[in-house]
Amino acid sequence: MNKKLGVYICHCGGNISDYVDVEKVRLSVENEEGVFIAKTTMFACGDSNQKEMVEDIKNNHLDGVVVASCSPKLHLLTFRAVTERGELNKYNYIHANIREQASWAHSDDKARATEKAIHIVKAAIAKVRYAESLVPIKIKSIKSVAVIGGGVAGMKAAIELSNLGCQVYIIEREYFVGGRVSQWDALFTTNETGKELVTRLYNDLVKRRNITIYTSTEVISCSGNIGDFKLKIKTTPRYIKEKCNLGELQNAIDACPVEVPDDFNFHITSRKAIYHNFPGEYPQSPVIDIKNCTRCGACEKICENVDFSQKEEITDINVGSVLMATGFDPYTPADGEFGYNSFDNVVTLPQFKRMIDLSDEKLTFKGREIKNIAYIYCVGSRQVEGENKYCSRYCCTSAIHAAINAKKKFRNIYNFHFTRGIRTYGKQEVLYDESSRMGDIYLQSYENDPPVVTGMNDKTVVRINDILTGKREMEVEADLVVLITGMVPRKDNSVGSLFKLPKGRDRFFNEIHMKLRPVETVIDGITISGACQGPKNIMEAVNSALSAATKSYSYVSKGELELEPIIARIDKNLCTWCNACSQACPFDAVKMEEDKTKVFAVINSSVCKGCGMCLPVCPTDAINLIAYSNSEIESMIDALA
Amino acid sequence: MADTGKKNARILVFSTEKISDPAIDMAGLLKLHYPPTVYAISIPCSSGVKPKWILHAFEKGFDGVFIAADGSDCPYGESCTEKTGKIVSSTHELMKQKNIEPARLRMAAICSVCSEAFVRQMKSFNENLLKMQGI
Repeated sequence: MNKKLGVYICHCGGNISDYVDVEKVRLSVENEEGVFIAKTTMFACGDSNQKEMVEDIKNNHLDGVVVASCSPKLHLLTFRAVTERGELNKYNYIHANIREQASWAHSDDKARATEKAIHIVKAAIAKVRYAESLVPIKIKSIKSVAVIGGGVAGMKAAIELSNLGCQVYIIEREYFVGGRVSQWDALFTTNETGKELVTRLYNDLVKRRNITIYTSTEVISCSGNIGDFKLKIKTTPRYIKEKCNLGELQNAIDACPVEVPDDFNFHITSRKAIYHNFPGEYPQSPVIDIKNCTRCGACEKICENVDFSQKEEITDINVGSVLMATGFDPYTPADGEFGYNSFDNVVTLPQFKRMIDLSDEKLTFKGREIKNIAYIYCVGSRQVEGENKYCSRYCCTSAIHAAINAKKKFRNIYNFHFTRGIRTYGKQEVLYDESSRMGDIYLQSYENDPPVVTGMNDKTVVRINDILTGKREMEVEADLVVLITGMVPRKDNSVGSLFKLPKGRDRFFNEIHMKLRPVETVIDGITISGACQGPKNIMEAVNSALSAATKSYSYVSKGELELEPIIARIDKNLCTWCNACSQACPFDAVKMEEDKTKVFAVINSSVCKGCGMCLPVCPTDAINLIAYSNSEIESMIDALA
Repeated sequence: MADTGKKNARILVFSTEKISDPAIDMAGLLKLHYPPTVYAISIPCSSGVKPKWILHAFEKGFDGVFIAADGSDCPYGESCTEKTGKIVSSTHELMKQKNIEPARLRMAAICSVCSEAFVRQMKSFNENLLKMQGI
């Protein structure tokens, strides 16, 4: 109990010290029993402070360390490593969370946030007095990763993992791989089309023996933990035989009487119930959309490859880590938002990009030739009153790129950009420059005075008070209004709920920390990449995918993982072997033993998971969990009371 | 801004590291305010809370104890909810024997993204505890 302790209280820049008086916290704990060092630090996680802590631990022969800073989800491991570098067993380190649970949670009451922080640090000091040196438990980790989503991010992650020697399962919900990128034509900066990029990646994937691709497949259940996730996946049939005659299939597609709005073209065209999105799409076999198929039999009569006898398949796979790459949905404007669904010549950016791709010689929409195009920016992003406060990052660049492409591909196109300030960051500025040189007109307004779309004598007019010309009212008679819509989380993100992934303020999946622990989630073993984490352009999505692949690989690469040595411990003297603990244990970790004096319970340390379910059922209170003993918990309660 | 002069009940929360801790942390991240007299102790699983710890908290002056149960999300198995419920029931009996109002111990499932639910629970529990004290 007579430990020599070091206590460090972090400002976290101002994240903590703006609301918690950290010096007052330090003064309140410096005379606590055993506290030898009590310091405040601007950034406890910073290199200089870590070095100082290592020196303090070594020079003063500290027996225990407490850092009061952010959530342990962020920096518990950081400071355990510091403790080890100070030649002290890492389980003599205790973390106190005074940011998420004090300064941020009570930023509306600084005095009480400080008072709470003092109690939290005192509780951590109380606990560290009982801390003991421990050795981690090692478990096997399966060297395979499930990549959820077969878009560009998922495919790049899979290739990276394959290069590292991992077994990879790509699980794609749609019938075809490629995700959103397959819907785009020429891409900036290379001018490679989305289809070409997807083809290149797919050709790379299929020649690798350690990658299995499942399309039209969803995860329906998940059990297990990091190192050993057990996934059950359901594959919906394509109703087309695997090896089929594509010529006959085209005849079957032509014969299908069903027409439904085409999701691939964002509903500006329609498709049949038997379809593929574009020739050569991967996998190259078309599919029957069974939800819309009327089973009229027209396709079966023409093509022998149609097979309605196919059934859903359930497959079990076992992986050490899961990498999420489920992408985004484009924002759908509300009815009437900038004339959307009120005027028939108002479309979204994704629809406009498909129009450019699908039109030849003349840009036409609903039979009318398009010349004047008005682009209204930040629709569904940077909302003042809506839910989407964030900037979607990619849309300024994508809009300007599309406008340039339209001008290059078709004659007599005049582009008018109604912006809230252009954000073509980095190399993308080149596009802004090019479009300006090509004669595009840029107008700008503030968020409280957006452009207005009105109908006037069969014309659509966009009006703005342009701040670049001293708030002069300007108007454009537009043949087409393009709403530059941002990214929103997938409408059906149920797979995230299945893995219990937390979402952030913007409703995208939440990484633990954008700088310190990017791509990691609080669910051990699950990483996130691409636009399911937040708006990203293709390059950024691929970068995050490579980062997530590396992180997922780190969980499985060694074939084993270190787990906390937190297991139950039985006091033989108190145990009367009533069997209650054995019955309560879900892992069969408690066994009966007998010696000359008595019968008693023992814990199988390789099986015990440290849940503590055996603790409350013991009538003689003979069981304690390492690091959660009566002494530790009760001393913490004393400090918090 | 909060009413800094307002009295709040002292609440001890037994929270689980993998499930409810992330929710409580995210409540802070989202600046969803709740009474600053709420203190959390992290444990691996809600079905591992000993009744004697709860009684100890009451003896030391806590007005209420809240068990943020893992519910069906428990990584240790499906029996967690039932076992945590039994702990609450048996502790209620012990509380009655000691003339402690059973309503001062509350349990609710708090999942890893249930920040708003946690804040709602803390606010309503705080109000109920204050009512019990006639405040």
